[in-house]
Amino acid sequence: MSTRVEVLKTYKIYIGGQFPRTESGRYYSPKNKRGESLANVCLSSRKDFRDAVGAARNAFGGWSGRAAFNRAQILYRIAEMLEGRKAQFIDELVKQNASAKDAEREVNLSIDRIIYYAGWCDKFQQVFSSVNPVASSHFNFSVPEPTGVVSIIAPQNSSLIGLVSVIAPIIAGGNTCVVLASEDQPLCAVTFAEVINSSDVPGGVVNILTGKPSELIKYFAEHMDVNAIIYCEKDDANKKLIQEKSALNVKRAIFYDGVNWLDEEKSQSPYFITDTQEIKTTWHPIETVGSAKAGY
Amino acid sequence: MAKATKNNTLKLKFDSLKYAPAPESKSSATINAQYDLFINGKFERPLSKKYFDTINPATEEKLSSVADANAADIDKAVKAARNAYSNVWSKMAAKERAKYIYRIARMIQERAREFAVIETLDGGKPIRESRDIDIPLAANHFFYYAGWADKLDYAFPNQHPKSLGVAGQIIPWNFPLLMAAWKIAPALATGNTVVLKPAETTSLSALKLAEIIQESDLPPGVVNILTGAGATGAAIVNHPDINKIAFTGSTDVGKIIQRATAGTNKKVTLELGGKAANIIFEDAPIDQAVEGIINGIYFNQGHVCCAGSRLFVQESVYKEVLRKLKDRIATLIVGDPMDKNTDIGAINSKQQLETIHKYINIGKKEGAEMFESSCALPRKGFFCRPTLFTNVAQSSRIAQEEIFGPVLTIQTFRTDDEVIEKANNTPFGLSAGVWTDKGSKIFNLTTKLRAGVIWANTYNKFDPTSPFGGYKESGFGREGGLHGLGAYLNVHS
Amino acid sequence: MAVINQTLAIPDFSLSPRIDHVGVEERASRFTKRSIKAETKVNGLKLTLNMIDLTTLEGKDTNGKVKQLCYKALHLHDAYPGLPTVAAICVYPSMVSVAKKALGNSGVKVAAVATAFPSGQAPRRVKISDTKFAVDNGADEIDMVISRGKFLEGEYSFVFDEIAAIKEACGNARLKVILETGELVTYDKVRRASDIAMYAGADFIKTSTGKVSPAATMPVTLVMLEAIRDFYYKTGKMIAMKPAGGISKSKLALHYLVMLQETLGEAWMNNHWFRFGASSLANDVLMQLEKERTGVYQSANYFSID
Repeated sequence: MSTRVEVLKTYKIYIGGQFPRTESGRYYSPKNKRGESLANVCLSSRKDFRDAVGAARNAFGGWSGRAAFNRAQILYRIAEMLEGRKAQFIDELVKQNASAKDAEREVNLSIDRIIYYAGWCDKFQQVFSSVNPVASSHFNFSVPEPTGVVSIIAPQNSSLIGLVSVIAPIIAGGNTCVVLASEDQPLCAVTFAEVINSSDVPGGVVNILTGKPSELIKYFAEHMDVNAIIYCEKDDANKKLIQEKSALNVKRAIFYDGVNWLDEEKSQSPYFITDTQEIKTTWHPIETVGSAKAGY
Repeated sequence: MAKATKNNTLKLKFDSLKYAPAPESKSSATINAQYDLFINGKFERPLSKKYFDTINPATEEKLSSVADANAADIDKAVKAARNAYSNVWSKMAAKERAKYIYRIARMIQERAREFAVIETLDGGKPIRESRDIDIPLAANHFFYYAGWADKLDYAFPNQHPKSLGVAGQIIPWNFPLLMAAWKIAPALATGNTVVLKPAETTSLSALKLAEIIQESDLPPGVVNILTGAGATGAAIVNHPDINKIAFTGSTDVGKIIQRATAGTNKKVTLELGGKAANIIFEDAPIDQAVEGIINGIYFNQGHVCCAGSRLFVQESVYKEVLRKLKDRIATLIVGDPMDKNTDIGAINSKQQLETIHKYINIGKKEGAEMFESSCALPRKGFFCRPTLFTNVAQSSRIAQEEIFGPVLTIQTFRTDDEVIEKANNTPFGLSAGVWTDKGSKIFNLTTKLRAGVIWANTYNKFDPTSPFGGYKESGFGREGGLHGLGAYLNVHS
Repeated sequence: MAVINQTLAIPDFSLSPRIDHVGVEERASRFTKRSIKAETKVNGLKLTLNMIDLTTLEGKDTNGKVKQLCYKALHLHDAYPGLPTVAAICVYPSMVSVAKKALGNSGVKVAAVATAFPSGQAPRRVKISDTKFAVDNGADEIDMVISRGKFLEGEYSFVFDEIAAIKEACGNARLKVILETGELVTYDKVRRASDIAMYAGADFIKTSTGKVSPAATMPVTLVMLEAIRDFYYKTGKMIAMKPAGGISKSKLALHYLVMLQETLGEAWMNNHWFRFGASSLANDVLMQLEKERTGVYQSANYFSID
């Protein structure tokens, strides 16, 4: 009886609800600390990023227009799917240097984090909106609205929790995004894309690329159809580059350096949602006729 | 006596009741021959030793000469602001901070007439507007934010927001005192200290504010006001000991500032240009909509970043709206800004008048049809008739670029979807207007228009409690209201 | 039905343009920001006098009272040379013949409030005979009231037909149609009633009887002026306007003139096309004219009360 040959997983990128290989045909083979190759992973190109932004832009109108309750259900569905594939994520995390115990903790925390933001979907508007008592005879209110397409360089020091922590608040708020996974630990990102793809998240809402930040940061920062960029490292040169390139279209540059994504107290809050929200204020006249008063 | 006729091409004429001149008295305002820099509670001669002239754009006469601050002057002011922040302002009880801001609000109210006259002489805007809009709103802004000083923990749930430190603020020439209030009031309420630079063509009301601040006994260095042009602004932007840059002005300069502050830890908020769509549906209250169009584009000579410069009219009411618009334009009085009857005053500077003329010529070359009021213009000074262009396409430059003058472009549309798409088809996203009597349509439009301020069945309304600011290339951050506090606090920590 | 109806397409009045309340009040207040000085002011004040329908509408009106008022109409303030007369005397039908005789061929018109003024709560035949009585006695103008109850019930055809019938009864007399805006409450309804009145044959539209508060206001008058402008745009036919009640100060009257000028233009700036229905306005205007002439603030003691 011959031993069964294991079927190896192909790690592809995720654009517009599809899993293409990189158009460049390039790949790289990140290794773990034991020197074992993790997989052949797509080395995404500038054009892959362009395609992903296109997909994110196409998806934005529909996603931002969904009922907040519906977005909440879809985020909850992501958590359900993640729970169902917990073992696979633990395996991948262990392969990428984590202890079994830490791996399980990170996956649990990731599931909880998605639930946390699922809950915020239909609540943050209530907390951060205002009715403004203007002096004239007008009704005036301010509400947060998603800023648009967000490009994200995911935290590089983690494979799953960092990725989840930056994606969840962005899409909870109605934005769409293009995310570059951790260069050294990309496995969970691709598997997470599969989770998203099976969670009723419309194609294009989340797009996940693998590859090298050193190659792609510039394009993430300069693309004219990207409204905001998130960067999570302490690298001053990159931060400067991002801010300079952001000036091309007055992009919102948001830095989360120094956040410990495993620290539940510090690494999750509705302020991660409002960072990619715009405040819209609407005015309308109030007809106050005659002498009728709401006295009783 | 005009005869009844079935021919409806008769024009209404607006000539018989000519308004006699009704000039506001200049005597209520004192303008010094020369102004120094307001640093650390005192007026000090500039280290640059340079001064420049500020003129009345309605007469081209010199009003005063104003110090031109250089980098050394800015450094001196930043040191004063840092010292005041560290040793006085950040240590003061918030409720005491509030009382200083209230005091400034009251003093502006007391000297409102003087401020209005100075604003109009130096900037060219009609005295009716500076008297009824700019100055009262500026005072109200201080009054509103004063009350926030000791209530900040309530504005950001579950956070204890911290002040940033020294704020460098650069403001434009279109609403000089009001923009100073929009910048200084929230900065002080949140516990920051300020180095502010007014625009070089409109320094005088900010300097008058400096005098008030001095009289108010605000601790020295908490607010420093330094005059100058672009280089002075750059010295603020580039100063290493400034924690926050707040800028209102053009998108071009905003981008330069964003680039210049890259790699620093300065928190930046930008309130930049706009090219707002003002959308008239067939079921709109047409007469009020026409008034909204006028208010949208000819308020303050069109020197308004949120001006309703792109008019979209549903085809079924296009002729009616255009006719009424032209009739209304004929009643606008262009001329001496100090005259109480003036509707449209002087263009702020020669340079800006040239920019406007450049765009008017572009519009003509693009084949758009121009209509302008037939009113006479004063011989001296910088003036421009209220102008509109029909036959404009989405691809016309005059419909794409910010003109910042009394120039309106008119496009027609057929369906709701079409106009939403066209309205959003711009890199800007500051404001928009919607006119329809149907509530559900208003909410469809106001949700889908990508802009920070939406006026439905009204236009160009401002209030201290109402957040203001843009989407996309119109900038980021909000000014006004609760949300305006966020620009001066470290909230997310 | 009046002749004009054959040439005009009658619109569906339930589709009359909507009015934004805040917007129209803002526009109205903007007129009050115009500063009227010097010669413009004097001309405006004289024009105001010439546009007044000097009014007495009291149960206790007598021949004597009306005669005195007519004398005042022709001699506003003889100490000030060259003053115009008022436009008309406005009285109840029973006083028309007295007024007509007192005014002679002075050119000052006699206007009669008819149609069961001020409530209008009477059968149509009574209103028609009320109107005919006034016209037969020499009234140059008829100020009718619309049936507000029917209007508020949505019976627009009833209101329309009634106005048309009264117009027919007027013969050559000009018809002013009083909407009684204080009872219609919203500007939308004022606009709709204005449209009905104009299409039914009104020569004037008029705000108020003076018996209901609020009477004329600037925003309500603006809504009606804009209705007149739209009617003019559509038909080329000019309709006159009469705000009545509540305008007793010359400064306010000048604001109305600014509003008229900037809304309808110079063709309307005369007493054929615009009237003030007022009783105490004339003396305030006179005091202002004297103040302009002498530079001294005036006392009511020097101006006749009639």
